[in-house]
Amino acid sequence: MTTPVLEVGAELPPLTIEPISRTTLALFAGASGDHNPIHIDLDVARSAGLDDVFGHGMLSMAHLARLLTGWVPQERIRTFGVRFTAITPVHGRPTCTGTVTSIDEVDGERLATLTLRVTLADGTTTLIGDATVALD
Amino acid sequence: MPIDRSAIGRELPGGTLLITRSRLRDFAKATGQTDPIYVDLDAAKQAGHRDLPVPPTFVFGVDLTGPDSFSYLDELGIDLRSVLHGEQRFTYHEMAYAGDELTTTGRITDIYDKKGGLLEFVVKDTKVTNQHGALVAEMRGVMVVQNRAPEVTR
Repeated sequence: MTTPVLEVGAELPPLTIEPISRTTLALFAGASGDHNPIHIDLDVARSAGLDDVFGHGMLSMAHLARLLTGWVPQERIRTFGVRFTAITPVHGRPTCTGTVTSIDEVDGERLATLTLRVTLADGTTTLIGDATVALD
Repeated sequence: MPIDRSAIGRELPGGTLLITRSRLRDFAKATGQTDPIYVDLDAAKQAGHRDLPVPPTFVFGVDLTGPDSFSYLDELGIDLRSVLHGEQRFTYHEMAYAGDELTTTGRITDIYDKKGGLLEFVVKDTKVTNQHGALVAEMRGVMVVQNRAPEVTR
């Protein structure tokens, strides 16, 4: 694992995700335990007035978690939160990005605060988040 | 019809999940995770882990293992099709691994509305503990209920 860059303003290496397929949504439903049919059953999506199923918010959050654990060992993650701002359509191509916004000493631990974002190829932001990560 | 505010404080059934390596590998596959510590036991152990680590957001699903994981919405009179996940937050206390049995206990901690009731928000706080009773993580989820505007009568 590469050593994290330890300065405010540092950007994490962006993580590009394969286009979201229906297969991915089915696999994620089973593996995550989120069986809400709106993500996997076109009939249910249509009955709700939608044209198609759409990606689980928690799938995008799992991708953001990959951005974090690709940067620091998981046991250093203290908090991780997101707001879901738009749905991810089937075939959407998400990219996860993060920036170090502050570094503070909290309870004897150096903590980096990151702002996080997932953006689709068309520019739509689907998640805005933050995380705190111990640096030592 | 507005969601019954008296549900604030209501305890929710929660779930229990014995974490298996195969389930974690399925989760890695579905999320495109190729880091070997999440799929390969030897790689995990070499990195200092006692088994495959439970990745950061996987614990969300522990709460969904009951027979009807969305029944709390049903009991509030909410159509699952009208619900969007608005926010999700985790505070981590301890790592969890394959072989652990995780249990969630949750409660509804707030219900509020915006846009004159067109959007309602249900806030749920959940604790995740392991088989030793140790706190693994705390979760806060906000579900957004999209109510339809009443039909205008002419």
